[in-house]
Amino acid sequence: MRPFSYERAADVSGAISSAAMPGAMFLAGGTNLVDLMKLEVARPDKLIDISRLPLSQIEELPGGGLRVGATVRNSDLAAHEAVRRGYPVLAQALLAGASGQIRNVATIGGNLLQRSRCPYFQDVSKPCNKRRPGSGCPARDGEHRNLAIFGHSKHCVATHPSDMAVALAALEAGVDVVGAGGSRTLPIGELYRLPGEDPELDTTVEPGELITAVQLDRQASGARSAYRKVRERASFAFALVSVAAIVRTEEGVVRDARIALGGVAHGPWRALLAEEALRDQPSTEDTFNHAAEAELAEALPLRDNGFKVTLARNAISRTLSEVCA
Amino acid sequence: MASLELTVNGDRLGLEIDVRTTLLDLLREHLDLTGSKKGCDHGQCGACTVLIDGRRAKACLVLAITLDGAEVTTIEGLADNGQLHALQAAFIEHDAFQCGYCTPGQICSAVGMLAEARAGLPSYVTEDLLAAPDPADEHEIRERMSGNLCRCAAYVNIVAAIAEVASGAIAEDAE
Ligand SMILES: Cc1cc2nc3c(=O)[nH]c(=O)nc-3n(C[C@H](O)[C@H](O)[C@H](O)COP(=O)(O)OP(=O)(O)OC[C@H]3O[C@@H](n4cnc5c(N)ncnc54)[C@H](O)[C@@H]3O)c2cc1C
Ligand code: SF4
Ligand code: FES
Ligand code: FES
Repeated sequence: MRPFSYERAADVSGAISSAAMPGAMFLAGGTNLVDLMKLEVARPDKLIDISRLPLSQIEELPGGGLRVGATVRNSDLAAHEAVRRGYPVLAQALLAGASGQIRNVATIGGNLLQRSRCPYFQDVSKPCNKRRPGSGCPARDGEHRNLAIFGHSKHCVATHPSDMAVALAALEAGVDVVGAGGSRTLPIGELYRLPGEDPELDTTVEPGELITAVQLDRQASGARSAYRKVRERASFAFALVSVAAIVRTEEGVVRDARIALGGVAHGPWRALLAEEALRDQPSTEDTFNHAAEAELAEALPLRDNGFKVTLARNAISRTLSEVCA
Repeated sequence: MASLELTVNGDRLGLEIDVRTTLLDLLREHLDLTGSKKGCDHGQCGACTVLIDGRRAKACLVLAITLDGAEVTTIEGLADNGQLHALQAAFIEHDAFQCGYCTPGQICSAVGMLAEARAGLPSYVTEDLLAAPDPADEHEIRERMSGNLCRCAAYVNIVAAIAEVASGAIAEDAE
């Protein structure tokens, strides 16, 4: 690991002013950043430890809804009564990620901004546009079995590994970000970006900006949800494909559906075509299959990951059947 | 170098460390506590699992300097006055290892895991997120312990050892 200086931030404004220095990075739980520093994929000159900032509260908002501080640990959010009761899809997605030990340390902000698990990105002896812009993307023609089938570009075919973010995409969460220029709330759909020509940027959070919280609106009453994760072993593995679905039906007819997919794109992939195909249709297997087909018809599999198209299609239909059972 | 105050297995220590030192390297290389093992050094195997302020964590992914003021318990700190912790005793009784390399991490992880399950924390396989999970259920144990790999595949006996303690069949006076 390369040398760096370390400081513990006392408050949010202190953290932000310290982060103005080029080469500075925030350290939250460290479960991704420390790993990437060992690999020398991340080479910060300065670490600003934000894990003790007063951002570890989960607040129930007056009008319903929840505000989750950025340094809340993944396991604490999954265990919180209001999440288990009101946002079970989020609890399930959190519990599907990593392992008990990692969830005890990993924070919400760090989970959102964790980096891709593309094998070339993690290996500094290889080219990679995400790690070294302009050096090329060996994954496109190389090992890409677990990479994207939606929204990739010729410059990058990586996927984002977070399970939690997939549930947050279906929940249409907001992300509070504070920087030297002020604060803003981003809809999660605008947090993640497609790789396009500049895959070195995973998200629209600028260097030096701090995520302070995630906001969840109150869910429509009667909506049901589930998170399904398909992986190469039963537990403690990243998703090949995952599905977060939130559906509200009335008398056997689907009124609203929000579906997001994980493991298939540069960020959580909102399955808008499937959602559209469900609206006002009878809640039946045929409708679910048709909706899944509609989404996957637009997939762009790479040479070796066509199996994910079938997997995603089946995972969507099964998840919808489970949610609407 | 930076200074760090840490309580390890009940001993309060004042340390001077390089800020790059992980908790695992601090324990093994500086404090001569080699019970916690380095399997992968990347969070993937669980051999380095310890308890930080009572919660299980992977020591290889934590920079020690971030823990100023914390309490760490390692496998060396689980026994009480020479009496093994119930999980240590159960691992021996059930022959829950072959080479033993993963064992300290398995046991520390199981201590933290049982505390989580008994406090009612759900897991990915808990059917009803609002009901109290059964800590002695085999599926629950397998899911909750999935962050600890065993290259000798002693899983069957590891699960049996943990299930016995979880079900209360062995008294846990060592905790
Ligand atoms: C073996 C292993 C298996 C895993 N499996 C899964 C899995 O199946 N599913 C899954 O979803 N995840 C998985 N993970 C990833 C894990 O969820 C992340 O490492 C974790 O959520 C990151 O959180 P952290 O607080 O430790 O982040 P850190 O490592 O501290 O930070 C990660 C990044 O976010 C930045 N950052 C952190 N907080 C903020 C903030 N508030 N504002 C701005 N920037 C910030 C940091 O600068 C850094 O760039 C796995 C990890 C490991 C090691
Ligand atoms: S897919 Fe993206 S992360 Fe992977 S090698 Fe290509 S550019 Fe790098
Ligand atoms: S050595 Fe820490 S998880 Fe493998
Ligand atoms: S007993 Fe050998 S690795 Fe588990």
